[in-house]
Amino acid sequence: MNDILDWLTAPFQFMFMQTALLAAVLVGLTCASIGVYVVLRRMAFIGDALSHTILPGVVVAYLNGFSLSVGALLAGVCTALGIGWLSRREAIREDTAIGVVFTGMFALGVLLMSQARSFRDFTHILFGNILGVTADDLRLIALITGGILLLLFLFHKELELTSFDPIHAEVIGLKASWLRYLLLLLLAFAVVSSIQVVGVVMTSALLITPAAAASLLTHRLWRMMGIAILIAVASGVIGLYASFYANVSSGAAIVLACTGFFLLAWLWQVLHHRLAQPETEEVWN
Amino acid sequence: MFPYSRRVHQDAVPSAPALEIRDLIVAYPGTRRLALKGVRLCVPVGAQIALVGHNGAGKSTLLKAVAGLLPVRSGSIAIYGNPPGACHHRVAYLPQRGEIDWRFPITLRKLVLTGRYVHLGWFKRPSRQDWCIADEVIDRLGLSALRERQISQLSGGQQQRALLARALAQEAELLLLDEPLNAVDAETRHLMIELLRLLRHEQKTVITATHDLGRLESDFDGALYLADGREIAHPPGAFNRMKVGALA
Repeated sequence: MNDILDWLTAPFQFMFMQTALLAAVLVGLTCASIGVYVVLRRMAFIGDALSHTILPGVVVAYLNGFSLSVGALLAGVCTALGIGWLSRREAIREDTAIGVVFTGMFALGVLLMSQARSFRDFTHILFGNILGVTADDLRLIALITGGILLLLFLFHKELELTSFDPIHAEVIGLKASWLRYLLLLLLAFAVVSSIQVVGVVMTSALLITPAAAASLLTHRLWRMMGIAILIAVASGVIGLYASFYANVSSGAAIVLACTGFFLLAWLWQVLHHRLAQPETEEVWN
Repeated sequence: MFPYSRRVHQDAVPSAPALEIRDLIVAYPGTRRLALKGVRLCVPVGAQIALVGHNGAGKSTLLKAVAGLLPVRSGSIAIYGNPPGACHHRVAYLPQRGEIDWRFPITLRKLVLTGRYVHLGWFKRPSRQDWCIADEVIDRLGLSALRERQISQLSGGQQQRALLARALAQEAELLLLDEPLNAVDAETRHLMIELLRLLRHEQKTVITATHDLGRLESDFDGALYLADGREIAHPPGAFNRMKVGALA
């Protein structure tokens, strides 16, 4: 028994592991709670695109020696507003526009990276390195988490309404597009905060997978958020242990843990349906 | 405190009709085809009017334009003497069922509660009174037992009643109902008709789009017949107790 406890607590004698644990918990909180809206509003593709378009911002910041987070934030906010603006007009279908912008920006980022002397410096941006989170990073992550949770709480009523019935929102004078911009902006901030943890390439997994798993398990929004947060935080912790003991990529371990939880949720849902077939037939029609 | 729209609490112009539409021309944004080509309509306060026509005749478009969902290309709409959007709390719009994401995780009770949001605005949470009003209309529509159901787990008729409950919870004076009797069960149909009578009693103005008057003729004060975005003459034998179009 003591051995197991030792095994569990040993990593956290180290300062960097404590910082990493806090980062994992905070990023899990942010990504999972905002991810529920992303999944329910079918914006998964946008979440993915946002995380990729941040790359050129980060690279430019790195090459010019200013804060990577600031570069990421600028690129993220620009993309969020750009996507919002593009999807406002109906000339191009939204998913097409996102596809064009997202690959273009990512390619620009890769091009800029290839100009730098060492490609290696960027691996932690691409794939994340939670063990490398500094105290400054942690402060920024905490600030972003606090801000996002506060705004989600303040605008919950409106975000919820515009998600399932934007027409009623418009009828009562509530502009659904404002809430969409707000969500895109929050999404950009969430992506920036999670880059240190899972990296540009896998950030959208932290947004979408926990929320998608939770949506299989419950029909209540608050419960969905709670479950998604639990899954994201648990995955973060599992990923930490994996990278500490097995010396594997922390970002990949975290994402795979999320995927594991999703498979469990899916399995549970399938079994649940099988067992309750007659009732669910009626329920889903 | 912080209303969604700054123009939200304009007072009604005294003695103005509930709805006055003059030569209304409307096109959907991004298209050139006109959905309404010069419609006139005047509805006095407390009247119940049917909009009758086939699919695509312009009934829904007319209701959406009045609800402020579509820009007016030319002509005018006056609601209690004000332009659309100047008195959101006074207009309730019942959309067709397909326009809502029914799989969203909220309960019927919460759906009905969103009818109160126009009175709340930003940041304010629903009060106990708002919940009471929601529960009352849910009860009136015979949905009490289903209050905590997620909205996709309701039948079509129940969903339609839930939407009507929300429109009632808003305590609006002008109700725009888009095909409320389309594909609903007998119980819902019966309840709806009872409710329209009750609304008449409360001096509410109701405009109902329908492609089939059926046995409802006695329940309306008049009808506007639409085809291809224009008003058409009443089909021979069709009722028109109050000459709706002529009042404009």
